[in-house]
Amino acid sequence: MIRVAGRPRTLLDVPMHYCPGCTHGIVHRLVAEAIDALGIRERTVGVASVGCSVFIYDYLDVDFQQAAHGRAPAVATGIKRVLPDRVVFTYQGDGDLASIGAAEILHAAARGERLTVIYVNNALYGMTGGQMAPTTLPGMRTTTTPEGRDVRRHGAPLRVAELLAGLDGVAYAAREAVTSPARIHRARRAVEAAFRAQLEDRGLGIVELLSTCPVNWGLDPPEALAWCEAHMVPVFPLGVFKDLRRAQGTVDAGA
Amino acid sequence: MKGNEAMAEAAIRAGCRAYFGYPITPQSELPEYMARHLPAVGGVFLQAESEVAAINMVYGAAGAGARVMTSTSSPGFSLMTEGLSYLIGARLPCVVVTVMRGGPGLGNIAPSQADYFQVTRGLGHGDVRAIVLAPATVPEAVELVGLAFALADRYRLPVVVAADGLLGQMMEPVELPPAVPPPPAPPWATTGAAAARRVISSIRLAPEALERHVLELVATYEAIAAREPRWETDGVEGADVAVVAYGTTARIARSAVARARASGLAVGLVRPITLWPFPAAAFASRPRRWLVAEMSGGQMVDDVRLAVGGRAPVLGYTRVGGVVPTPVELAEAIARAAGPLEVPA
Repeated sequence: MIRVAGRPRTLLDVPMHYCPGCTHGIVHRLVAEAIDALGIRERTVGVASVGCSVFIYDYLDVDFQQAAHGRAPAVATGIKRVLPDRVVFTYQGDGDLASIGAAEILHAAARGERLTVIYVNNALYGMTGGQMAPTTLPGMRTTTTPEGRDVRRHGAPLRVAELLAGLDGVAYAAREAVTSPARIHRARRAVEAAFRAQLEDRGLGIVELLSTCPVNWGLDPPEALAWCEAHMVPVFPLGVFKDLRRAQGTVDAGA
Repeated sequence: MKGNEAMAEAAIRAGCRAYFGYPITPQSELPEYMARHLPAVGGVFLQAESEVAAINMVYGAAGAGARVMTSTSSPGFSLMTEGLSYLIGARLPCVVVTVMRGGPGLGNIAPSQADYFQVTRGLGHGDVRAIVLAPATVPEAVELVGLAFALADRYRLPVVVAADGLLGQMMEPVELPPAVPPPPAPPWATTGAAAARRVISSIRLAPEALERHVLELVATYEAIAAREPRWETDGVEGADVAVVAYGTTARIARSAVARARASGLAVGLVRPITLWPFPAAAFASRPRRWLVAEMSGGQMVDDVRLAVGGRAPVLGYTRVGGVVPTPVELAEAIARAAGPLEVPA
């Protein structure tokens, strides 16, 4: 018998607390698979952030620190700077990273911290009950935009992967979605590439993963996947925005 | 050495190998010194984008087992209180030096003690406490920075060194302690799960679990309150007036007390060295009256009243806004305190 699937070594065999149809479970698996594939489990430290995914530390068999809301890139910087030979990653949602933690991710990226950032975008605040996030789509109803997000009043969605790709310290920036097996396959490659950017000392690697929140979107799980494809993908284009093959900061200053 | 630089050198000699901070007057010589000297001993210096980021970098490095510190001044300390609450909740050791300046708001950059409530009671949300050491001279600042790292490790909690702008900027001769190597990373540090994995977190979702966690913290606070109060006392029993002062104000109070004694008054002095735990035992002696001198609108006076418990009148003498009292005016205040008490109309 040929074994074609199984539980990654790094993914703990415990029930997850996520809502039915939530895609955090898929993303956790992708992170675990990348850690296994690269053989780095015993020297990896994760930083969990505030939001539904804070309990990722119960699901992955690596050392973890839990950070204050938005501060995961600063906490990760502290770890990486004192343990430069360890692999450090953050796992952050869109409210955490793009709103309250915008300064911390921007400056970690600008410094070219050798970190991997797994950024899960579901277009609203999940844990607090479905409020508007910086990523909420124009016209999208949330509990704090009951008439739909009005761009004139609330601004337009923040495209983080493109934003960070513009910074010199970022070696890898991509956006994928976890809405179908084909998409998940591409996302798997992106997650691994974001770890490789760190392992090869090239700079910060970030993957933005478009995800679903069926409960707060008011949709059943298959509808949520279809909604993500139909509405989020056009606003947040998929693809690799940057993949530097050599480290930033090594360019001859006289050039 | 200048106070700020002496505290930096003392930290390096105490084995501190990681510093994260953000520039703010009147403490910027401390990070500048670290930037010059930490890399030479294999340490990490990083200028953060904000005090918010700096304290969270401290959290990460402390969790990874490094002997780590930051420094700031009053407005920056306000920003660090979020992180301090998490450090305490996650039981992580570190040292935070605050070189206090005039507030509230932007205030000014002159010496102040107006953050007494903040460092003794307001370190962030939740049941938070931390040992607060208040040096009065540059040599004592050197000694207390070393002690701060030892206490932080002993109790697995942050320790605050509360100096003021005068102490940070003043130059005094100091005797530096011999350098000690940084301690190895403790077993709870997240250095990679070669054996069982470790999680550093302040979350306890179940109320009963959080209660157990907080009660452990409270038990630690009680152990600290029993073991760690530090103070100096001089001639308090039976004095006409006993002055209570810490930090720079205590230094001025020594001169003022000498002046008042020369004029024939019996004057004592209590100098708290730990602001928390407050050295309540120092107030067992009985002067006729207590006079609390501080560079704030009257904050430590609350703790003195609690410690004295109504056994003698507790008066206050305050200068605010960055104004440093002179020994002459404090001696006059002592003389007034010894005289007839004003009766409210």
